[in-house]
Amino acid sequence: MASNLINLDMLVTRAQERADLPAPTLDFEHLDVLWLQVTGTLCNLACLHCFISCGPKNDSHPFMTVDQVATAISEGAAMGVKEVYFTGGEPFLHPDIRELIERTLEVAPLSILTNGILIEDEMAAWLGETFASSRYGLDIRVSLDGTTAKENDAIRGRNTFEQIVGAIVRLWENGINPVVTVTTCHNELADGAGRNRFIELLKSRGISQPRLKFLSPFKIGREERRDEGYQAYERLVDGDLIEGEENDLQCSSCRMVTAKGVFPCPILIEVEEARMGDTLADGIVPIKLNHPACYTCHVEGVTCRT
Amino acid sequence: MSNLICVFGGIYNNHRSLAALIEEASALGATAFYCLGDVGGFGPNPDKVFPYLRDQKNVFVMQGNYDHSIGNRLEDCACGYVDPRDNHFAQISYDYTLANTSDDNKDWLQELPTEFRHEWAGKKVLMAHGSPRRINEFLWESQCPDGFLEYLMNEADADLMFITHTGIPWVRELPSGKTMVNVGVIGRPPNDGTTLVDYVLVDTDTAQVTPRRLAYDHVALAQEMRDVDLPEEFVETVLTGYWTTCLEILPGKERAIGTY
Repeated sequence: MASNLINLDMLVTRAQERADLPAPTLDFEHLDVLWLQVTGTLCNLACLHCFISCGPKNDSHPFMTVDQVATAISEGAAMGVKEVYFTGGEPFLHPDIRELIERTLEVAPLSILTNGILIEDEMAAWLGETFASSRYGLDIRVSLDGTTAKENDAIRGRNTFEQIVGAIVRLWENGINPVVTVTTCHNELADGAGRNRFIELLKSRGISQPRLKFLSPFKIGREERRDEGYQAYERLVDGDLIEGEENDLQCSSCRMVTAKGVFPCPILIEVEEARMGDTLADGIVPIKLNHPACYTCHVEGVTCRT
Repeated sequence: MSNLICVFGGIYNNHRSLAALIEEASALGATAFYCLGDVGGFGPNPDKVFPYLRDQKNVFVMQGNYDHSIGNRLEDCACGYVDPRDNHFAQISYDYTLANTSDDNKDWLQELPTEFRHEWAGKKVLMAHGSPRRINEFLWESQCPDGFLEYLMNEADADLMFITHTGIPWVRELPSGKTMVNVGVIGRPPNDGTTLVDYVLVDTDTAQVTPRRLAYDHVALAQEMRDVDLPEEFVETVLTGYWTTCLEILPGKERAIGTY
């Protein structure tokens, strides 16, 4: 207890000493990853840990039109983009999701971040066929936040566990092996034993090649209210980045396009100051790592990529 | 009369496939050998590969990420796995290779170059380990759009590029007429259920690239791995052609080919 207090004092002092230091600047290397907020902030769930407060009533970022998506994809392709990600909100709410997927896969591999609930039999079959026939990779990343209904539903909402696991199984049975993505709000899920619990769950449902990705929660959006926000010391200043970290931080090689413009990364779309302009080209400039969420990427080595 | 050279990568301590490669490619007329790195890892008795590579006037070896780690006596292979099972097996492989590579061979790995450039048949040729911009970048066939490969070619000022690092070979003719070649590896099979390994021959007069598959005495290699107590999981890969570890790096399409 005593040592905890001392550490907290040290951190508070450190925060005060660093308060006037400038944030680090991060150069833009190349557009490796293009994120598209295809369904904006609209979602069929309202998960307690959502870092952008998505839900059925949040239309602060609306759906992107097919033209908006096509324009961003074509601008990205001209820059030599390596891979594209669809997120939201819930991407499968989009009425033209199949067209968006097909048009993207013509030029780049695609990952879709979903809660899986809208992936019924027909959609799972179509995704399986599209995966098999497309020239580039198609990954479906299905979010699951526990290995039991109790654990998952406490975060993602009542009765979601079986619906999500059902979608994972449907995808697998249709020949597309989803990447089960876990946000480690339950600390015990982050270690090796936690991973093994997910592997056992997936194997027990017949998935012989489990694919997993673990992500740390970002303490913004609804997550800020669920747990706690960032402390004053959780902030980057010039000189904090270690050698080579520029390559590891995804924002040196990614941009996010939504219906409202271009942003540095998928995390900061509700931060008005983070908006970089109207089109992808406006985002191809250095950024300041001046948001507390940047601290999470620095400390945890987080990358949103699959 | 064609002028053939052999390009390969990922030896992974497999001195048996290396010997078979040199014999087969020489018989086919190859007069020079270019190794794109990753000399160590996975297989048995690391020092056995070096006599084929060092002080040979027609063998040119580049440094892979594994060679950088072993050469500099780092603590791990810097492969960047996050899955505990993958890390467990990667560390066994790395610790074994580090402990059984002589200091003299480590020093040699430390000094290797990281790219080769040539001009063949009017084409600017670049050889790199992972990608021309990063030694540890994976270039998988399913994850590399044409436009991205054109970007890499233009940035590196190349028309014909050879890389390795992923362990699975592919060749792509780009709309611009440029060509990207992942030569695969000779250390273990490409997760396709065969026991064969991969390399390419290149006619330097025409820049024609011919992918080839190589058989070698994989049964003897498996026995040698067991003799030095390497994990049975590694032996299984040699005998069945399917990867059993370090699977997390595989994209969906490449993973779907295998059984694990």
